[in-house]
Amino acid sequence: MSDSAQYSAAAEVGQVRTRRSRWERTWIELKKAPFTAWIGMAIIAFYLILAVFAPLIAPHGEAEVFAVPFAPWSGEHLLGTDQIGRDIFSRLIYGARNTIGIALATTFLAFLIGGGLGLVAAINRSWLDQLISRGVDVFMAIPSLIFALMLLSIFGASAWSLIVIIALIDSTRVFRLTRAVAVNVAVMDYVEAARLRGEGLGWVMRREILPNIMPPLVAEFGLRFCFVFLTIASLSFLGVGIQPPTADWGSMVRETAQLIQFAQFDIRAAFTPLIPAAAIALITVGVNFLVDWFLQKSSGLRDVK
Amino acid sequence: MRTARVEGPLSLHPVLATILKRLGLGLITLFFVSIIIFSSINLLPGDFGEAVLGQAATEETVAAFRRELGLDQPAVVRYFDWIGGVVQGDLGTSFSGRASSGIDRSRSVAELIGPRLENTLFLAALTAVIAVPLALFLGITAALWRNTWYDKSASVTTLTTISFPEFFVAYILILLLGTLWPVFPSLANVQEDMTLGQRVYASILPALTLTLVIVAHMMRMTRAAIINLLASPYIEMARLKGESPRRVILKHALPNAWAPIATVIAFNLAYLVVGVVVVEVVFVYPGVGQLMVDAVSSRDIPVVQACALFFASAYILLNLLADVIGIVTNPRLLHPK
Repeated sequence: MSDSAQYSAAAEVGQVRTRRSRWERTWIELKKAPFTAWIGMAIIAFYLILAVFAPLIAPHGEAEVFAVPFAPWSGEHLLGTDQIGRDIFSRLIYGARNTIGIALATTFLAFLIGGGLGLVAAINRSWLDQLISRGVDVFMAIPSLIFALMLLSIFGASAWSLIVIIALIDSTRVFRLTRAVAVNVAVMDYVEAARLRGEGLGWVMRREILPNIMPPLVAEFGLRFCFVFLTIASLSFLGVGIQPPTADWGSMVRETAQLIQFAQFDIRAAFTPLIPAAAIALITVGVNFLVDWFLQKSSGLRDVK
Repeated sequence: MRTARVEGPLSLHPVLATILKRLGLGLITLFFVSIIIFSSINLLPGDFGEAVLGQAATEETVAAFRRELGLDQPAVVRYFDWIGGVVQGDLGTSFSGRASSGIDRSRSVAELIGPRLENTLFLAALTAVIAVPLALFLGITAALWRNTWYDKSASVTTLTTISFPEFFVAYILILLLGTLWPVFPSLANVQEDMTLGQRVYASILPALTLTLVIVAHMMRMTRAAIINLLASPYIEMARLKGESPRRVILKHALPNAWAPIATVIAFNLAYLVVGVVVVEVVFVYPGVGQLMVDAVSSRDIPVVQACALFFASAYILLNLLADVIGIVTNPRLLHPK
């Protein structure tokens, strides 16, 4: 190729076509992404950076107590301090780490339990499927926030019981979806072929069915994450979720809520409780934007076929 | 359906049969849910008596407490005792107010819940009265003027409010209408001796918060239900006859859209009953939700169970109602072949 002085059609046709690398293909897809999807990605990237580098970015420690409680906004404390004198700006940054971390762990656990059982039920289609499905029906009849409140009153509020309880409650929804989409795939000929050549349950689940039901599951993961995130924030706001001194946005709203009453004297103080609440709203909006684009894209591809 | 026809004059109308079947399923679900809520008390750690009565409780007091809870009897007996009591309005006794000395100042759960139940139902009803007509109006007009700036701005606004947590909406409303422009009280101080007008005024901000939260979903579904139908041949026929767009939507599309719309409304009312929990805490509204959150913090299990049973039954019944409305309003089911 180096001596390209002479053009030869035969050489061009004979050229080996290289497949685009995974990164090139991703980049081409990304360039076609709509504006809202870019906003969503930017929001999520911003939150992830905050969460990962929290100790480097935050000016003060997570539970560091200063002399003046409810200090106004200033250069020292960008967003003031809370009811016992902790820097709110720093807690906001640490809150990203705690809240997102716990919500992610919960969603993963919910998918592990619900997705696994859903796949087993879809392949099995016998009394086991019936048993799990009817059980899930009953559990889904209880509103999830109420169920979570009830279980938390029994096991006590801690990060671990929070993760396990919410994951169990949400795994029922994941189970429903996984089973519904996997049932359609489980009757395919290639699944039958895999079984006939003697593959085990694990192989059929992982290698035959899972790759074919990925798009709805990925979209569900995003939506489920939003839902889990809002539930945990609500529970923390109610005072039965993530416990102090761990910083998290839900309880920060509650702790500084009384500042709203002073809106006529110091409008900035009144915004203090709204900032963590807005942070919660913003990440759900971001994830929703991204999921919207993903759903459009995966359903659009199906149309082309 | 075939057996029904064979029975002749005694046969049930198929719609009635379907409804009865749904009701039966709902009752079975309710039964299992009550079992789940009841069994939660069995999951309590063994030293629970001490936790309630305090460290200084003597062994006799703890034993008496356990006997009162019936922990020495088999679970089946206790379940039927409990559910029998619930049906008669006896929800047990609260854990709080008990002392290690054995003096019992605890109140019955029914006494605690009674007035709060009324308040919660009032708040839910007030919200429904505002939200349902508003959502229907917005949804139908958005379908009528679809793809205009009106439709698009409604769509963007509702998409954003869906992602907001309830307490965010609540505090924005408090900031705007409670403190910056103080027209409504930011604490919903509802008393029993208030007139209806005073009550509505005191609980207008919580009701508005809940309205904003549920209107978005209802409006989007109303719009979608109508637009879905606009591709049907009979709508095209109506258009070809030269009818105005408004008449096409109101006379031809809407009657067939009622079933999905009614289902969505009932589903949102079910959500509303649960959504009150957070809103009640924000506005210190004396309802069941706040009672439940307080009871969860103090681990007052009988109260938690009673509240959970109330919320779960309301949720199940409203979802059941959504099902039944969906069946009844479906004109195709009313005329069996």
